[in-house]
Amino acid sequence: MIDYTYTLLIPLIPLAVFLFTGLAGHKMNPKVSGLIGTTGLFAVTILSYLTAIRYFWTDHLHGSGYQAMKAFEIEWLHLTEKLTINLGVLLDPISVMMLIVVSTVSFMVHIYSLGYMKGERGFARFFTFLSLFSFSMLGLVLATNIFQMYIFWELVGVSSFLLIGFYYEKPSAVAASKKAFIVTRFADLGFLIGILMLSFMTDTFDFRTLVSPTGPAMLQAGSATFMGLSAITWALIFIFMGGAGKSAMFPLHIWLPDAMEGPTPVSALIHAATMVVAGVYLVARLFPVYSMVAPDALHVVAWVGGLSSLFAAIIACTQTDIKRVLAYSTMSQIGYMMLALGVSGYGGHDGLGFMAGNFHLFTHAMFKALLFLGAGAIIHAVHSNDMRDMGGLRKYLPITHITFLIACLTIAGIPPLSGFFSKDEILVAAYHHSMPLFIIEFAVAGLTAFYMFRLYYSIFWGKHTHYHHTPHEAPATMTIPLMILAFGAVFSGFLPFHELVTSDGLPFEAHINYGIAIPSVLIGVLGIVVATLMYRKETAVPAKMAGGFGSFYTWAYHKFYMDEVYLFVTKKILFNLVSRPVAWFDRHIVDGFMNLIARVIEKSSYLIKGLQSGRIQQYGYVFVTGTIVLVIIFVFIL
Amino acid sequence: MTGTIPLQYFLIISTLMFFTGIYGFLTRRNLITMLMSIELILNSVNINFVAFNRFLYPDNLHGHFFSLIVIAVAAAEAAVAIAIIINIYRNFRSIDVDKVDEMKF
Repeated sequence: MIDYTYTLLIPLIPLAVFLFTGLAGHKMNPKVSGLIGTTGLFAVTILSYLTAIRYFWTDHLHGSGYQAMKAFEIEWLHLTEKLTINLGVLLDPISVMMLIVVSTVSFMVHIYSLGYMKGERGFARFFTFLSLFSFSMLGLVLATNIFQMYIFWELVGVSSFLLIGFYYEKPSAVAASKKAFIVTRFADLGFLIGILMLSFMTDTFDFRTLVSPTGPAMLQAGSATFMGLSAITWALIFIFMGGAGKSAMFPLHIWLPDAMEGPTPVSALIHAATMVVAGVYLVARLFPVYSMVAPDALHVVAWVGGLSSLFAAIIACTQTDIKRVLAYSTMSQIGYMMLALGVSGYGGHDGLGFMAGNFHLFTHAMFKALLFLGAGAIIHAVHSNDMRDMGGLRKYLPITHITFLIACLTIAGIPPLSGFFSKDEILVAAYHHSMPLFIIEFAVAGLTAFYMFRLYYSIFWGKHTHYHHTPHEAPATMTIPLMILAFGAVFSGFLPFHELVTSDGLPFEAHINYGIAIPSVLIGVLGIVVATLMYRKETAVPAKMAGGFGSFYTWAYHKFYMDEVYLFVTKKILFNLVSRPVAWFDRHIVDGFMNLIARVIEKSSYLIKGLQSGRIQQYGYVFVTGTIVLVIIFVFIL
Repeated sequence: MTGTIPLQYFLIISTLMFFTGIYGFLTRRNLITMLMSIELILNSVNINFVAFNRFLYPDNLHGHFFSLIVIAVAAAEAAVAIAIIINIYRNFRSIDVDKVDEMKF
């Protein structure tokens, strides 16, 4: 057993930074807080890369496949002899991969924020929350058991809430943060129910025990059934509900577009690269259980992912707020990852989808963080989120332009950029599993290329916009992270994921399937060409197209009225039928009883308060009389 | 021990003093007078101590010592009480106990 105990430091450093800057931050120069946070994350990044290099390469652990190992574990709560809640650090291929993703993106975002948030009120607070988020996310990734994951799951939810509502003076930001918190909290209820069901059936929270092929979870396949599905399938569907909420899957996605109210680096870190993929990570973490005993739950995952990706891609084609386009694009790409997991089998080449989903998670984190940070640089220059206020920016923002173009090409799946490899693997996995899902994903690939290049042309080409003051390129603290992430977006596709991150830890042979790769590249190119024709120069074509689609366009523009549906269900149905009676009961019965007690005490004390007159001699009379009475009682009666 | 005053006489005197003290404490409004009443009560107790010591345990002196302690305590108490009374006077411009009734509901 090789010693990895030092990995405990990876989540603890951000925690220490959070506590230090949170408690002492207001006494320091805000810049110092920012630098402390960035330095802490730098250390975390170094440790993460060291761990990854040791785990995957230098320590030669892959003799019989990469196995999960516990670098550290302590017992935290002792529930029963068999059921304890532990806290620890679990290292296996996906958690090590996530370490790289989280630490890299978080470090880049820290550097970027030094420039982006400069002069902002609450600079130190921002970095404090970023550290809290990094701590929670790293704790989630390294969780050894599902309960620890749940704890950190809620912590990332809180950090996300705090950061979306960072501009708490803006009512829309406050509303968005509440919405994000409530929607994900609602989904987490499902997660908790799932955890309780799963632990009730298996007597364990521990991931390693859960996923082991001879473990207790695997014996549950034929357990009690409800509505035609076994109990463990229901448990896993409930757990997936938590994942779907965090990962903004349809129909729990409504919080993600609104979450763009937060500062742009936050969107890049939390709502593009790390927190929103926690749902994917959760399914990947429990993948053997899903795959072996609950294939029905896996179908749910696949279809929810597939439909979400199509749904979000259509909406993304109509939005004009650049961050919202990216938000829907994120949702669409996460749909891809979910679908990849959903269509995967276990072990060997069957586990292609598992590998592809994680691969796409990795590459997506790079290029989507890059897109968001690029969008941040654009917003920084133009002071607007709306692409209709932009155009012709390529002259003013050369570095942002090039890196943004690289990211757009990557997400469109143009070889040899990383998005091509991961998306291709997903399409191959979908092709082998289910034709309808493959067709959906194939269409989404074209739509993705189209809306990304619509965005690109509208920002950097298109009409010549007159700006109040000349836009200027962002400072070096912002452009350097862009360049580093662009490097990652270009080259991360060459990582041998099929040897490193596989469903059973064993490497398998993966080839580029030209029968699928060529059409998928062609549809991507088609999307780009259409977008070029429509948006490169200002033309009347987009308006005509929108008119041609008629009400469908209006529906998509209004996000298929999902927000309105939610408002109807919550305000009209839940508020009137549930909340109002409950509130009435609370106000009149529960509060009434308490008020009654208070009133009785108040009245009776009013009656007797005259006894305390403040006159010593009155007290004296009472005392003497009392004594005499007692003496009479004791002497003459008793 | 013949020809001495019988015990009952002491007790009658001390009882009279005790109730005079109680009466004074409850009826007088002047704080100084109330303090004097308290001294009366204490001294009635002293008389009891000494008298009982003399008649019940003539070979011992415990009762006398108790009386001495009570006198010492009474002296200390008087000092403190007068200090309090002076402060009350400074605050209320009066030592009428009925005027000092701030400590009520």
